Amino acid sequence: MSRIIVITSGKGGVGKTTITANLGTALAQLGRSVVVVDADFGLRNLDLLLGLENRVVYTALEVIAGECRLEQALVKDKRTSNLALLPAAQTRNKTAVKPEQMRQLVSQLSDNHDYVLIDSPAGIEQGFRNAIAGATEAIIITTPELAAVRDADRVVGLLEAAEVRPTRLIINRLRPDMVSANQMMSVEDVVEVLAIPLVGIVPEDREVIVSTNKGEPLVLSSHPPLAAQALQRIARRLEGETVDFPNVASLGESFWERAKRFLNQRVI
Amino acid sequence: MLLDFLDQWFSRHTGSSRDQAKQRLKLILAHDRADLTPAALESMRLEILAVVSRYVELDSEGLQFSLATEEGTTALIANLPIRRVKPLQVSLSQPEGERA
Repeated sequence: MSRIIVITSGKGGVGKTTITANLGTALAQLGRSVVVVDADFGLRNLDLLLGLENRVVYTALEVIAGECRLEQALVKDKRTSNLALLPAAQTRNKTAVKPEQMRQLVSQLSDNHDYVLIDSPAGIEQGFRNAIAGATEAIIITTPELAAVRDADRVVGLLEAAEVRPTRLIINRLRPDMVSANQMMSVEDVVEVLAIPLVGIVPEDREVIVSTNKGEPLVLSSHPPLAAQALQRIARRLEGETVDFPNVASLGESFWERAKRFLNQRVI
Repeated sequence: MLLDFLDQWFSRHTGSSRDQAKQRLKLILAHDRADLTPAALESMRLEILAVVSRYVELDSEGLQFSLATEEGTTALIANLPIRRVKPLQVSLSQPEGERA
């Protein structure tokens, strides 16, 4: 049975789209057929992070309007077999689509994909309502900051009311050095207050920006940096595998690891 | 390096920003989850104080009244220091409708 997972956060800028792109790619690398859906109508970005922006012809909006077939709108990723993107419209806004239409679209996609990952827009209004409409489970992204955790808590409540379950948590952009200096809330702190199961911890990583610049998901890298390794572990956990959470301190790169990766990338 | 050290050393005395964040978060979430408006909370506070004050005299300096969240449940936490217990005659008059 295919799984329809909405990736959401409440607050903007915490990494929903980056995580959707990488998790989709990582699941496809594990041999699953995956479609990632950009539900951010009016502010689409998922195509950029996947480096597929030049290949977008039709969007979800044309599919809904019956102006093209669903297969025509899907952009297949050439680097990752089994991975496709359903782009959002850039010209219209979030009210152009209704939850019922999204539900239908997503259920159609689930017919021939193992995973449908829906990248939700920030906020809790119509765009969010559309994004969760067809979802059967949710991943909530937060960073260890007050505003992000507060918004995540609100979203947990809304998902509960909408009967989207289970909901799991990813803590993104954790800085192990700051946690150990007691300058940032720890994983335990955040999990304790949100009280939902944790599915992954992704450390802050400069490589994320580099990979975004290139339009190449981090998990595709031949020497996956720490953030990419964390995302690959999350993919395996979603597949039902028991993968231990590494010690948070080990998520920070040592000087030698950084030097080694630099040499791997530039020289060898 | 030195700055980090100094920062940590001082934060041990003032409560680290991590702890501050966590405490603030717990308070915010308790209020968010309870979905009580500040006005409703204030009116509840006044009513509770009125009831308690019928029986005991409270120390108005040390009064605390807040919502807190622990492990998914929200609790109303009131700390009402008692200055002295009032003479008992007040509690003997039973409210209407509660007689057996």
